[in-house]
Amino acid sequence: MTSFFQTLGMSYEGAWFTATIAGILLIALPLMLAVALIIYAERKLWAAFALRRGPNVVGPFGVLQSFADGLKVFLQETIIPSASNRGLFLIAPIITFTVALMAWAVIPFADGVVLSNINVGLLYILAISSLGVYGVVIAGWASNSKYPFYSAMRAAAQMISYEVSIGFILICVVLWAGTFNVGGIVEGQRSHIFGFINAYAFNPLLFPIAVMFLISSMAETARAPFDLTEAESELVAGYQTEYSSMAFALFWLGEYANVLLMCALNVILFWGGYLPPVDWAPLYAVPGIIWFFVKILLMFFIFAWVKATVPRYRYDQLMRLGWKVFLPISLFWVFLVSGYLMFTGHFA
Amino acid sequence: MTTIAHLIKTFTLWEFVTAHWLTLKYFFKPKATINYPFEKNPLSPRFRGEHALRRYPNGEERCIACKLCEAVCPALAITIESEPRDDGSRRTTRYDIDMTKCIYCGFCQEACPVDAIVEGPNLEFATETREELLYDKAKLLDNGAKWERAIAANLAADAPYR
Repeated sequence: MTSFFQTLGMSYEGAWFTATIAGILLIALPLMLAVALIIYAERKLWAAFALRRGPNVVGPFGVLQSFADGLKVFLQETIIPSASNRGLFLIAPIITFTVALMAWAVIPFADGVVLSNINVGLLYILAISSLGVYGVVIAGWASNSKYPFYSAMRAAAQMISYEVSIGFILICVVLWAGTFNVGGIVEGQRSHIFGFINAYAFNPLLFPIAVMFLISSMAETARAPFDLTEAESELVAGYQTEYSSMAFALFWLGEYANVLLMCALNVILFWGGYLPPVDWAPLYAVPGIIWFFVKILLMFFIFAWVKATVPRYRYDQLMRLGWKVFLPISLFWVFLVSGYLMFTGHFA
Repeated sequence: MTTIAHLIKTFTLWEFVTAHWLTLKYFFKPKATINYPFEKNPLSPRFRGEHALRRYPNGEERCIACKLCEAVCPALAITIESEPRDDGSRRTTRYDIDMTKCIYCGFCQEACPVDAIVEGPNLEFATETREELLYDKAKLLDNGAKWERAIAANLAADAPYR
């Protein structure tokens, strides 16, 4: 894109800057739209699982429901509790939302279509998703109210616990792909199984950790069955309790942008990213970005399906699962995968 | 043996798989709910909805200001004031129902000797302000005019059981 702006007569620096801004807008704006539609889609999916109809009044089949909700929230008064820490209270949703968008910078949408093709892309994603917890913790603390504070404590413990096992799971994938570059990991899955299936998930050694990553990513985004940070039966609405209007909307958008990001990561790490499912020439006629989106939507269906099926975990069960099940298994799997690669001479 | 089976079940997430299969089957079932604002469930003739003051077919008000409804009302929602009219008959000058107090018990309807105050079949009378729910006589008579046909049909349908 830089060269395109250079042909318009800009200097290299100017063209690079314009191209980066254009790229950011090209990712962020459709992402906002996608978040609005995915909230609608999720409400429809839960409704269908519960034999209900879901939103069906605003626009054809209710597609515009999220926009109506957004408008309503936008017109509300922003209430800032007098006991809260004003600055932090306002900055928390901004952090959550910004961080949720930032990680998309290294996601490859098709072969070579990525905002910044950095070599340690996976490390960057891990770092950014760790930053996400700050928005929640700051929101809980700045509200100066007991339920948001409990929720922030829970969120901090939960996200950190699951990030540990996510780290080990990523190590397994990185060992197999031999690169931290996200695009490189997708390319590493080309013809991975039997010479024609483009996915790590069908590798018997990697399938268990694909499932573990799916579960961990639900815990990481604090979604049901691990939505203890906003367990409405105990904590009202968790860290969002004191928020209203746009600040609340930013949390909401950030949460769903994170969910989409985790779906995208699942797809990229284990289900072949933008590659077609099978390495067969006619399938490449469909652009990679379409395969990527279809896979993300399927993954999102699984997320919604789990949320509609599994009841919420108790907090001690959540911690037990994270520290006493996932951590040892993922640690053992790092050992297993590296041992296998070592003995098969993968490291040459 | 059972411990081994338990271990296998745990590590294959067997109960989760079966649970998800069950919910997926429900996903494709027909909806159990009605499409509410466009479809409505049938209501019993005894349904106790919004109040109405009825008139006789010749246009005369039924209410004779006996105040039995005011006396029986457990929520003290009804306020009545009355005066003799020019032709000497006793009529209400004020008939207010505070719909925010009303508990829709139907006692007013039971107490009324002339079937003047009734609870009609209308249940969609939500308002944006509280004041709009403080009904006066004009509003109640207007309701009576609006819903008379449905109310009369309901009373006729329920009459054999009274």
